[in-house]
Amino acid sequence: MKQLSYDAVVIGGGAAGMAAAVELHDRGNSVLVLEREESLGGILMQCIHNGFGLIEFNEELSGPEFAGRFETMVKERGIHASLRTTVLDLREEDGAKAVYCVSPATGVMRIEARAVVLAMGCRERNRGNIRIPGTRPAGIFTAGLAQRLVNIEGYIPGRDVVIIGSGDIGLIMARRMSWAGCKVHAVIEILPYPSGLTRNIVQCLHDFGIPLYLSHLVTNIYGKDRVEGIEVTPIENGALMHEKAFRIDCDTLLLSVGLVPENELSRNAGIELNPATNGPWVDSMLQTTMPGVFACGNVLHVHDLVDYVVEEARRAGANAAAWLSGYRPAREIRVRTGSNIRYITPGRVNPDRQNQLYMRCLVVRNDVRLEVRMDGKVLRSIRKAHVQPSEMLSVTLGPEELAQAGRDSVLEIALV
Amino acid sequence: MERFDVAIIGAGVCGANIARKLSQYELDVVLLEKEIDVSLGTSKANSGIVHGGFHDHISTLKAQLELRGALMFDRLHEELDFPFERCGILVAALHEDEMRVIEQLYLRGVENGVIGIEMCSRERMLELEPTLSQDVVGGLYAPSGGILEPYRFVFSLVESARRNGVQVKTEFEVEQVAREGEFWTLRAKNGQQVCARFVVNSAGLHADDISRAFGAERFEITPRKGEYYLLDRTMKAKPSRVIFPVPTEVSKGILVIPTVEGTVLIGPTASPANNKEDFATTREQLEHVLHAARTMVPGISENDVITSFAGLRAAYGSDFYIALSEKVPALVQVAGIQSPGLTASPAIGEYVKDLLKKAGLRLVEKADWDPYVHKVPRARDADPYALDALVAEEPAYGDIVCRCERVSEAEIVKAIRAGHTTLDGIKYYTRAQMGRCQGGFCTYRIIRILMRETGMSYDQITKRGGASAILKGTL
Repeated sequence: MKQLSYDAVVIGGGAAGMAAAVELHDRGNSVLVLEREESLGGILMQCIHNGFGLIEFNEELSGPEFAGRFETMVKERGIHASLRTTVLDLREEDGAKAVYCVSPATGVMRIEARAVVLAMGCRERNRGNIRIPGTRPAGIFTAGLAQRLVNIEGYIPGRDVVIIGSGDIGLIMARRMSWAGCKVHAVIEILPYPSGLTRNIVQCLHDFGIPLYLSHLVTNIYGKDRVEGIEVTPIENGALMHEKAFRIDCDTLLLSVGLVPENELSRNAGIELNPATNGPWVDSMLQTTMPGVFACGNVLHVHDLVDYVVEEARRAGANAAAWLSGYRPAREIRVRTGSNIRYITPGRVNPDRQNQLYMRCLVVRNDVRLEVRMDGKVLRSIRKAHVQPSEMLSVTLGPEELAQAGRDSVLEIALV
Repeated sequence: MERFDVAIIGAGVCGANIARKLSQYELDVVLLEKEIDVSLGTSKANSGIVHGGFHDHISTLKAQLELRGALMFDRLHEELDFPFERCGILVAALHEDEMRVIEQLYLRGVENGVIGIEMCSRERMLELEPTLSQDVVGGLYAPSGGILEPYRFVFSLVESARRNGVQVKTEFEVEQVAREGEFWTLRAKNGQQVCARFVVNSAGLHADDISRAFGAERFEITPRKGEYYLLDRTMKAKPSRVIFPVPTEVSKGILVIPTVEGTVLIGPTASPANNKEDFATTREQLEHVLHAARTMVPGISENDVITSFAGLRAAYGSDFYIALSEKVPALVQVAGIQSPGLTASPAIGEYVKDLLKKAGLRLVEKADWDPYVHKVPRARDADPYALDALVAEEPAYGDIVCRCERVSEAEIVKAIRAGHTTLDGIKYYTRAQMGRCQGGFCTYRIIRILMRETGMSYDQITKRGGASAILKGTL
């Protein structure tokens, strides 16, 4: 078995992994990126639409263009990347981290590292996860799989399409399938509000005249060999209105019903996960419960924009570098979700440094305030014209505001 | 036209066992299957249990065959390389009244000669299975009960039969039957034809239609639906033994089954199906499955659900119907094989062999019969050193296509070369697409490999043959 040794191993070569690797390299560490696919870039490579990079690069790029910028940075620096490589196991062995991985070219490798950055991204929820009853014919795809089939493999998965769930990938695919000459009959969303970004609702549905059924549930799938149709039931006051159920004929269903951080590796390594995000619990350095292992991007929590992914990943890379050179925070205080907030990550802040917090809310509201409190005292109150669960919220807190923190202080953020 | 000594109609677990048994003798045997692959009917969608031998009385044919079959699995496992484990079976009583039924089951098990069966206190039950509800008051333990992957069992049986000379014809849906001299001529819907001196009707749900086509006994198979949920291997309250509720008159109830491959199955329901192709799951029945499973193992959550499916049991009367036809010559009926059909199936193979002998089939053992199949190493079972050795020999073992179940390209290629050329066939053979992402990440890669290995074009790629094409066009 081949043995290698690096200061840091980054697991996953998508946007997060590349950004973290660049940061680690620039701070004087030897880095190896492990990537499953044949190229770096991750899921961005199949996102051929634009809208990426508005914050990061101040211009509008496609997914592959955005990934290309980071790939260039990785290559210019000569950072090692092992492609077509699957990580099998992450373990603590003799005080260091051992990453076991395999590729057809190298066989199994054991890579010893002092630090590891988790950047494995997320996966799509599927039919089983949302438990739609009915038959099990061909023609049911997750939106991301359909996107891969169309944009990279060059196939059309079906002609008459219904999209279940109004997540961003589903909305993007509604437009993509329309461009490919397919008929998109409807987008069905169980919630009373869309799950995707507002700009995608406008650009992908309204502009193509595709109806969006809010508060509707797909209650049956028909068809023996191939999908023939679905039953859709309206929800009123939380109850299914079976007498108002109707059928839509279609040969294809695309599911865009949420994303889940891909943490099987972390879980097997004994890293503790936060049930609210399905990502690891992390401290102010984005360090997981396994010392020297950091997490960033969609494996930590599902982001709305890749620009925030790379911001977070750079921070994880910089923190890992600092940790490698011996830095440890003198103190940290706990972060707690207040009213109407689903989660906040990281779960701890360092009162002596700048802290970037990302969070998601539980409600759709206009004209509200995001209130940051410490030990009951309001530190800051931020006006928000509009909030919704599909759009992440962020707060930056520095030492000047957190100076009063005591050992047992608790920071709370609430939406009021 | 090809002439055979025996034609077996239906390549489910019964047909496959009969075919393998007959492959031990100097006979020309053909196994006919209407679907594109074997094991795509009832044999793929059931609980996958080697039963404990205490549910039915020894006077019934099904209990006799169950008890005999259950003992044959260790050897079959050794020869045929399918996932199997004697994890033990528990029957959990949740109130005192149920303990009386438990006692009946225990006495029946003792009378049936079940090895190691015991009555258990609450404490013993919780020690054997800590995930059980705290409400458990006691129960039954049958340590010889076990679990297996039913489709892998059938695939291995068929492969073994093939290696020993049995011909397998898929997409052979028997439509017309004629008697010509000493032979039966079977004509398929797609025009294929074979003739055989003896025929075994092990057509599962369609055994009644086949019997009718022969002009033999008239009976009716009633499809009874069983719905299941499959739960992720990462679930918190994962049991290590099969857990049964106390049975009712009509059904063994909703079980919690840890599969050999690490996932957990809950189900089945038992409801009448609308027809023989009614494989749809329903909200009400699946709710019932979750509720019933949670009553026994409270830690089960809907968050653990990966997928749901339904299987149809071929119900006819209360016992198996395995006999020589009394109306027409040289036909063996193997019908009404419901639970414990999988457990009994190896014994059914022997039983049918004996019936054929009685009917005049000459059995001469082959000198060179090989009971073993070629073992396919699996990336998921290999430790890092073993996997490294596999990759050194065959680099495709280093290309992990299915991340959730850790299936390499090498295994997918082997599945295709063994004749599994649909997405479902590859799934059942390798487990690729069977994990938590349900093919979200690997389907496109499997399509690529299938096209490369078989030369099929994109529009010939199907989920399970017929009209189940995956792709509808190119850009």
